[in-house]
Amino acid sequence: MKQPSTGATFLRIKAAGIVTAVLSIAFFAVASAPISAQNGSVKVGVLQSLSGTMAISEVTVKNATMLAIDQINASGGVLGKKIVPVVEDGASDPAVFAQKAQKLIQEDNVVTVFGGWTSASRKAMLPVFERFHSLLWYPVQFEGNECSPDIMYSGAQPNQQILPALQWAMEHGKKRIFLLGSDYVFPRTANYILKKHIAHDGGTVAGEEYVPLGGTDFSSVIAKIKAARPDIIFNTLNGDSNVSFFKQMAAAGMTPDKLPVMSFSIAEQEAHAMGPSLVQGSYAAWNYFQSLHNPMNRKFVAAYKARFGRDSVVDDPMVHGYEDVYLWAAAVKKAGSFDPMKVRAAAIQLDWQNSVMGSVKFADNQSLYQTAYVGQLQPDGQFNILWQSKEPLRPEPYDPLAFPGRSCPAK
Amino acid sequence: MRLKHIFDGLILIALAFAPFYLSAYHLSLLGRFLAVAILSLGLVLTWGWGGILSLGQGVFFGLGGYVLAMHMKLESLAPGDLPDFMMWSGLDHVPAWWAVFRSSGLTLACVVLVPMAAAAVLGWLMFHRRVGGVYFALITQALALAFSTLLISEQAYTGGFNGLTDFTTILGQSVNGPNFGRGLYWVTLSLLTVSFILCQWLRQTNFGKVLVAIRDGENRVRFLGYNAMAFKTVAFAVGGALAGISGALYTLHLGDISPAMVGVVPSIEMVIAVAVGGRESLTGAILGTLLVNFGKDWISSAIPELWLFVMGALFVLVVTVMRGGLAGLVELPFWIMKSRRHKKARSVQSASPAEEEAEAHKVIKA
Amino acid sequence: MWHLPIIAGQVFNGFSVASILLLTALGLALSFGQMNVINMAHGEMLMAGGYLSYLACKFVHGPAAFPCALLTAFAGATILGALLEISVIRWLYGRPLDTLLATWGISLIMQQGARSLFGAIGVEVVAPHWLDGSINFTHGWFAGLSLPYIRIFIILLAIVVLAGLALFIARTRWGQWLRAVHQDREMAGALGINTKRVDLIVFALGSGVAGLAGAALALISPVTPTVGQSYIVYAFLVVIVGGLGSLLGTTIAACLVGLFSAGVQMFTSVSFSDVLLLLMVIVIIQFRPRGLVATRSRALKEA
Repeated sequence: MKQPSTGATFLRIKAAGIVTAVLSIAFFAVASAPISAQNGSVKVGVLQSLSGTMAISEVTVKNATMLAIDQINASGGVLGKKIVPVVEDGASDPAVFAQKAQKLIQEDNVVTVFGGWTSASRKAMLPVFERFHSLLWYPVQFEGNECSPDIMYSGAQPNQQILPALQWAMEHGKKRIFLLGSDYVFPRTANYILKKHIAHDGGTVAGEEYVPLGGTDFSSVIAKIKAARPDIIFNTLNGDSNVSFFKQMAAAGMTPDKLPVMSFSIAEQEAHAMGPSLVQGSYAAWNYFQSLHNPMNRKFVAAYKARFGRDSVVDDPMVHGYEDVYLWAAAVKKAGSFDPMKVRAAAIQLDWQNSVMGSVKFADNQSLYQTAYVGQLQPDGQFNILWQSKEPLRPEPYDPLAFPGRSCPAK
Repeated sequence: MRLKHIFDGLILIALAFAPFYLSAYHLSLLGRFLAVAILSLGLVLTWGWGGILSLGQGVFFGLGGYVLAMHMKLESLAPGDLPDFMMWSGLDHVPAWWAVFRSSGLTLACVVLVPMAAAAVLGWLMFHRRVGGVYFALITQALALAFSTLLISEQAYTGGFNGLTDFTTILGQSVNGPNFGRGLYWVTLSLLTVSFILCQWLRQTNFGKVLVAIRDGENRVRFLGYNAMAFKTVAFAVGGALAGISGALYTLHLGDISPAMVGVVPSIEMVIAVAVGGRESLTGAILGTLLVNFGKDWISSAIPELWLFVMGALFVLVVTVMRGGLAGLVELPFWIMKSRRHKKARSVQSASPAEEEAEAHKVIKA
Repeated sequence: MWHLPIIAGQVFNGFSVASILLLTALGLALSFGQMNVINMAHGEMLMAGGYLSYLACKFVHGPAAFPCALLTAFAGATILGALLEISVIRWLYGRPLDTLLATWGISLIMQQGARSLFGAIGVEVVAPHWLDGSINFTHGWFAGLSLPYIRIFIILLAIVVLAGLALFIARTRWGQWLRAVHQDREMAGALGINTKRVDLIVFALGSGVAGLAGAALALISPVTPTVGQSYIVYAFLVVIVGGLGSLLGTTIAACLVGLFSAGVQMFTSVSFSDVLLLLMVIVIIQFRPRGLVATRSRALKEA
């Protein structure tokens, strides 16, 4: 930059100052425009990725959450108040999740927040909810090993999804297991727990491989799978990597009917998007399938399709996002208050609730009792339910075999 | 020159009193973005003045952030306990190279020294083979990719994709305390001010002058007997150190550091913020960083799908039509005025036209 | 792990990865060598090729579908490349770092555009029937080795494109002009060659080849808005290792990177092999800072 003369500097400074002042005023004016608070209403936050790589999954959870809010509002709201959702975009970025969570709590004064999908987003939001003693409802299956007092975990703990799947595989004589996953926390931790249980139950780990998130080349992995000759693959790949994997497996002559694959991240949404023909015949373990037979599920599926299109499908995380709102409403009614701490205390004292996925109830570790199912993907993109646990399983954030002596702190 | 300092001082005062007129949420945003602005100052030094474009500043940002996060993670543990991710990755004790970060003195030193050393080594490896320009930019970008991949895959030591989070105290202060946010804001602002003065001072030393000369004609400077490699390495190392401080402060503000904040995309976003503000102006870089980040926060809330379009268009626009960024925009009328005055002067003194042209050329190139 | 069929299989896999990298990197290397321009949106040309072949397969059925898809991908990406050159690149000659930033902006816009048009989840191109299946060795030393036809096809495609480009550069008039501009831009211009048009052709051609890579890639993995991003960084590494604008260097470097990854991945994870790959590149640069096949020049270029 050249050295300007003094007079010019003074003018320049003035101009720069004006530009800065105008810009900052504009920003703060826009950013802090007060949202009119209505009497007789209560605000809740809905925080999911509406843009970025995770949007495809998280938008559907947001839709299900909004459906539940509208249904509750249509039947009179909670404690006589209408629920007003404030929707924010997490942009598939953990830092943005933390930032928007803080905005929802501090600026919008929401009483609770429904949201989060990836563990990274939950971990990033956790300090925010603990600092402000607010309450987050997290709807996705995860690796456990966490019990924050300020989060309600309705998604499956490892013992409610991956261990039932292992039990099913062992019962069907599939004892050589190959563990394949995307490289992030859920697959690595799930496989750590699985390895302990496989060894304990007399099975063999035929191999363990991770591919970077979004990875598309599976040639080396498939070579290793071929050499290892497993009975079944336990697949924790995420998103589009699944398409590459199944395609390249098929090209190498290993289709799901020849070498079974048990997937933990392929639900109806993913099967629908990939085209069921590619993954048909593969297995999945969840706490909900669209094909479940119960009247509440039929009503829910019909309501969702009526609102979001006849071709839309529903899956496990969406149902958890939907049920979270109902569970919150039930807890608010029991507590007689919207105060997060009172709602939390009431939530774990709730009795068994009838839900779309069967009977559920919060345990004192703030996770959900729920039933585990194993299904096989049909050509129509729906799962044929092959197996279900005898009763709703108690959630275990810390697997006793993998993490002996650990448990959530008593409240 | 004195007046410019007064202007910067006015901005400083406005920022220093921000806690009294901003809401807690916006103050926390401002603090976070000011932390990033420290990195932007480093980019002005290396890119704006030194001509070294690094698309991997996220690496040094991340090194600073992770070093501090390791310390805070250890501080939040009960004696004999393990961080959760180590436990679920099958470790049974904290590795020795982790445990040393229990010392807060060592941690604070390493926040600066580790990224600085990493930058110095990388810079030396590249510059002594005269790898520069586009090659350097691409290699640093690959480095950002490799660094974030490594952080994700070494879950037992880094917390993997989730990164490090859930801190309780720093230097005995509770991070959840009522006055922590405000205090941290002032600490950030002070460090930003110190870094600003440091860069401003560097620019006026011989070091700064030679650095700019290297940018404009590396071979000529070399033929004059200067060791261009050393100058570039030092500039890059200082840029790395500033990025490290910035990363550590950011981690404190957010209470979390994860590979998503250090990879290819955030690294290049840091560069564009500086380009928007003006790559050669320290004040411009700070304002550009604030503008881009607040803009992102606002646009991505209002119309999430639009953000990438806006960001992309901003890239194209800034580098094609407004190379000087905001600072250049502010300067433009003065430049025109000045060249008019020059013309008048030339008609009187009949200065050589070639000189005038070279002068104008320099301004456009800058 | 040391059985012959497994090693042979990995060598084959290495070449198949190298083929995609080569197709992606060729255009980059050409335009970098020619114009000193780094096109960060090059990966999005690959993405565009993938989506175009998806569209072509949607509208054309039967045996003509796949050749038609390849053609559409090539032509479409070529046109996109030409548009990009005319609208942005042309104005930034001589400012390589600025081109890099501007084209990154273009790539963001193209990615979000693809997301808005096609959705965030990948679309699929189903390979024609004659590419189903694989060559299986059941006897002899290579018993157990199987080479999928799709991957063989991709390798052949890369070889054909490479040979075509080499012929184009060595034998045609345009190729001659291209070499002339590459060697000495001012002199070529003074002799009456329209250097701007040569630049345009090179850039568009390079983009077209990337489009072909996208169509080939669509056979083995889904086309997503970010598919270009996952290949572009590696393609850059190939260009850096190979040397400016050298077809031979780019080819050697692509094979080197492909074989290195396939070899290392047998012993470590995919993630860690990426890190080792970068280390290898940094080491190579220590010995050959201008790439494996460097164009000798007396000019003190400050790239």
